[in-house]
Amino acid sequence: MSRPTLNTPCPGSSRAPTPFGTTGTDVLRRGWPGRARPRGCFVLQIARRLAALGFAFTLLLAAVPARAAMPIQEVVGASGVKAWLVEDHSLPVVTLRFSFPGGASLDATGKAGTAWMTGALLDEGAGPYQTALFHQLMADLAGELRFSVGHDSFGGSLRMLKRNLKETTELLRLALSQPHFAPEPVERIRAETLAQLSRQARNPRSLSGRLWMRDAFEDHPYGGNSEGTEQSVAAITRDDLAGFVGAAFHRNGLVMGAVGDVTVDELREVIDKVFGQLPAGDAAAQVADTRPADNGALVISRAAVPQSVVTFGQAGPKRGDPDWYAAYVLNDIIGGGGFRGRLMKEIRDKRGLAYGVSTSLMPFRHAGLIVGSVATANDRVAESVALIRQEWQRMREQGPTQAELDDAKNYLTGSFPLTLDSTQHIAAVLVQIQEDKLGIDYLDRRTELIGAVTLDKARALANKLFDPARLRFAVVGDPQNLEATRPAHAPAE
Amino acid sequence: MTDLTGRRATGHPRLVSGLLLALSSLATLASPATAQRFGAESFALANGLQVVVLPKHQAPAVTQMVWYKTGAADDPRGKSGIAHFLEHLMFKGTKANPPGAFTALIAQSGGRDNAFTSQDVTVYHETVAKDRLEMVMRLEADRMTGLQISDEVLLPEREVILEERRMRIDNDPTALFREQLTANLFLNDSYRIPTIGWEHEMRTLNTEDALAAYRKWYAPNNAVLIVSGDVETAEVRALAERIYGPLEARRIPERLRLEGPPHRAAVRLEMKHPRITQASWRRAYIAPSYRAGATGHAYALQVLAEILGGGSESRLYQSLVLKQGIALSVSADYAPSELGLSSFGVYASAKPGVAIPDLEAAIDAELRRVLQQGVEPDEVKRAEARMQAAAIYASDGHSGPANIIGTALSIGQSLDDVAAWPDRIGAVTPAEIEAAARAVLVERNSATGILLPEHTS
Repeated sequence: MSRPTLNTPCPGSSRAPTPFGTTGTDVLRRGWPGRARPRGCFVLQIARRLAALGFAFTLLLAAVPARAAMPIQEVVGASGVKAWLVEDHSLPVVTLRFSFPGGASLDATGKAGTAWMTGALLDEGAGPYQTALFHQLMADLAGELRFSVGHDSFGGSLRMLKRNLKETTELLRLALSQPHFAPEPVERIRAETLAQLSRQARNPRSLSGRLWMRDAFEDHPYGGNSEGTEQSVAAITRDDLAGFVGAAFHRNGLVMGAVGDVTVDELREVIDKVFGQLPAGDAAAQVADTRPADNGALVISRAAVPQSVVTFGQAGPKRGDPDWYAAYVLNDIIGGGGFRGRLMKEIRDKRGLAYGVSTSLMPFRHAGLIVGSVATANDRVAESVALIRQEWQRMREQGPTQAELDDAKNYLTGSFPLTLDSTQHIAAVLVQIQEDKLGIDYLDRRTELIGAVTLDKARALANKLFDPARLRFAVVGDPQNLEATRPAHAPAE
Repeated sequence: MTDLTGRRATGHPRLVSGLLLALSSLATLASPATAQRFGAESFALANGLQVVVLPKHQAPAVTQMVWYKTGAADDPRGKSGIAHFLEHLMFKGTKANPPGAFTALIAQSGGRDNAFTSQDVTVYHETVAKDRLEMVMRLEADRMTGLQISDEVLLPEREVILEERRMRIDNDPTALFREQLTANLFLNDSYRIPTIGWEHEMRTLNTEDALAAYRKWYAPNNAVLIVSGDVETAEVRALAERIYGPLEARRIPERLRLEGPPHRAAVRLEMKHPRITQASWRRAYIAPSYRAGATGHAYALQVLAEILGGGSESRLYQSLVLKQGIALSVSADYAPSELGLSSFGVYASAKPGVAIPDLEAAIDAELRRVLQQGVEPDEVKRAEARMQAAAIYASDGHSGPANIIGTALSIGQSLDDVAAWPDRIGAVTPAEIEAAARAVLVERNSATGILLPEHTS
């Protein structure tokens, strides 16, 4: 499932060109490195000029960090806005990340895609600068500004050179507070978004994920595309975009993380300037808590491709659930951690049925999932599906072994600090810890929290969490010997 | 090499070329202590293993990479895909470590390992806590000479690479077309065959083929060991001598990178596919690399690619996307870090309703403008500054410098070349760019591909 996200070209991606497709064929990796999606973004991530999208994902991985020798300072501006800071003066680079609550869930009925298009348009002209000049200024400053839209949040990331800190953050201020939404860029981004939607509709990977989510959540916002539908994107007006800015960009609920060559005083000045003038705002829009339909259905969307792409999953924990850490460890045992998962052993190592198979926890704000994906040749995909059901059952009945539990805990606690290797990774972690309300000392407690998962706890949860009778599948391809339990709905277009 | 992906944009290791080399400018812009080559120190063992150490103390982690100077372009005729298949089989065990042990040992302590294969290199890497460095060095040294392969492990893994091919290529019409275009651009060159291999040949790869490739290319004197992270050179040297030192050097054949005959005619390909929703156009020209052809153009071509297609400031973006509104996206790509001849590519996807001939005419006009009127000194300076800034960012993270250095050394460049990259980019003049453009943007030496939705004419 990481793949659809990574390979999906997005609005505004014209400047991160993806000629003739985005999969690299010339460099082949042994296996996928266990990337995860940013939560709440499923297949729906705006990836503007995101050369390093792949990297960004690693850290956004569900369960967040272990401890690291990384002092986090809280910086509070005169305006009251707050940011967490990790100073590192070894490289003249600063990354500032931020997240506003709400995201695509704020889209009005019939206007799905508003948040998405807003994200693509914020730097297409703002303040005194028209599109071309804004781009030129940002390019000459070598600033890397990106926005991302999830179901639950609207995020931004600005990586910049220390020497350009003031000028680059001034452009960010303008983008957030005075975007133009002029006719030319709006129509251009609308065309890109529509092209994106039509590509996704023919891409077996995107389609499989979308089918699964649509069936799981139906009319709840999580059931739709952040990019919207052909119809809703066509209906979005300039007022809708400006309205989104007014509704979403508030100080209330805003969280920030900064990493790199910046001091407390410098950062305070920056956050006051960029965010201090935003309205205080109300609580985020009310989105109903929900639960995915997990009824064991298997749907097939026929497509003339040699390999069937399968998305599977069921309900899982939300981030704040008491079972979270046990679920996190169980996920690693069945389908996480690159090559070590039970599914990888059964499906890839023993039988050569797929290049990769993985699962991950997807904690949305208002629902939780455990979801996975696999791709197998049409004539053998039924075997992969049967093995997934079998492993789900085995996990339900027997839970993990003590050795598996120990290995997973060691891996999850040991691997985390090794990934804190760039300003962008670390800033993403700072933002996520705040979004999840885990506390500024979370990194010091993470190892302990994972360590506290006992075999009894893990087995009890395994019995509750994994249920093959509830496990749902969405298959795109031309599978043989596989029967749908009911016809596939048309995916949201 | 000649994939049709925009390397600079997609962030996969091939982009090494521009971006990775770019790294070195960190040197000039960071502290004096790390000036020059990221603080890299290099030495060789008596058996020929080249060792590079990159001390970086931000996190208590160490990355080991072993770069073998062999890749898909070394696959024997009829055995396409064997270099990549062997890379998979390298995880299938030795006498000392049974199948699965390698990854399990590393993962138990929180480490990660993986590997990748390109046309020129095969690379294995592990990131572990600092105190596990010795363990991963022992594991890599063990499989440098002690690999065991049997049909029992090979046959299921052959199914895995076939699924990998379906996933990356066969399920994706754009990738299929890219493969065709590359094979038609290079008439005889080693890079015409895809790294993953042709399916009908992959199906026949066997234990003997894998062992033959292993015996031919895997030896300490055909590898570069890079250790980066929370280490000092002295400790790495001591460990390397103890662990890799006893391995014996072997005679390694010359790596052949075949070249094609002169193109006598431009190639044009057109493919229609029902799962293509958006018409697109690409042209790739045969181009020199750092190591093959008119290598003197290699730096100027990188700047030319930036001017033509590097982001929103580029000529193609300004003209086709913004001014004329006929393209949804554009790019230019060039990868100098190849052992053989490379390619220079230009790409655009059409806005719905725009006919491909109109798109092509607009691109041709921009290319002609470079050839006839040259480039402006100011746009050259600004492009160079952007590239140098990207070099700083390339150091923001653990793997950047190691990848840059590994790529360079594996094709016979030196650490000095890496260190000089920002200065050499900064020294490229408009006249050099114009000369490079005239030498490379020759239609006869190109392949043009048009990818269309099935229903479009």
